[in-house]
Amino acid sequence: MSYWQNLNDFLAMGGYGAYVWGAYAVSALSICLELMALRRRRVQAVGAIKKDA
Amino acid sequence: MTINWFKYAAPNSFYPWSGRIIPWCYAAAAVLGVIALYMGLVRAPADFQQGNSYRIIFIHVPAAWMSMIIYLGMAFWGAIGLAFNTRLSFYMMSALAPTGAIMTFIALWTGALWGKPTWGTWWVWDARLTSELLLLFLYMGFIALQSAIEEPRRKDRAGAVLALVGALNVPIIYFSVQWWNTLHQGASVSMTRSPSMAAIMLWGMLIMAGAFWLYCIGATLSRVRSVMLERERLSAWVQDLEHR
Repeated sequence: MSYWQNLNDFLAMGGYGAYVWGAYAVSALSICLELMALRRRRVQAVGAIKKDA
Repeated sequence: MTINWFKYAAPNSFYPWSGRIIPWCYAAAAVLGVIALYMGLVRAPADFQQGNSYRIIFIHVPAAWMSMIIYLGMAFWGAIGLAFNTRLSFYMMSALAPTGAIMTFIALWTGALWGKPTWGTWWVWDARLTSELLLLFLYMGFIALQSAIEEPRRKDRAGAVLALVGALNVPIIYFSVQWWNTLHQGASVSMTRSPSMAAIMLWGMLIMAGAFWLYCIGATLSRVRSVMLERERLSAWVQDLEHR
């Protein structure tokens, strides 16, 4: 059961599509970038230990 | 049954157990996030005043909550670190900052995109928005301060002082909508009165808040493990990790 009639209706968000999807997309992107940064930091930290050993 | 917290707080036992719970945090955050998105974007009806622009609330409010809670968390760990001189407390403080900065950025960004259709402007210099922007600068200042200091003890202490002083801004953000006239609406959820939202909207937002909590815990634990390896790479327990 959905509030929307069809996919276009959903994407348009009653005329607020750019605002709603702009908010969600940038938030998702921020989280993805943080996860990538966390991954890189871990690889570097582990690599530095291997160099010492 | 008594739990020996000091055992879990020692870096050499904290490191392995935190590594085991991170995937569970991320998995639970993803499940709750999908449920909340479904409730908020698919099932919930439009708001009778704002139409569909209000759907930004499902990320705006959880991110804004986390932005404040994480700063209080930094101040808490900074205080514990200063009082008991525990290394892991300072590492937790440092590890929280980037995630807090990202949550603050998300709160500001989604707020601007909600403000434009609702108030007719992306930004106003009112108390709520200005104090939240100050929070972003406090996070960035904390990160810059810590990366500028080499000596570990000074790095930890200077960071803790900034975290504690900056924490004064958090109640200012929270109560700004009551203390000053503002475009920003008051709290949608409060401890003392019933929420001013329909049930599905409220639950969508609270479930998303749960997802944000779990994500932030996972990300912070992940970062604190890297901080531990960076700061203690010459210690015996880190060397032992590699030889296992």
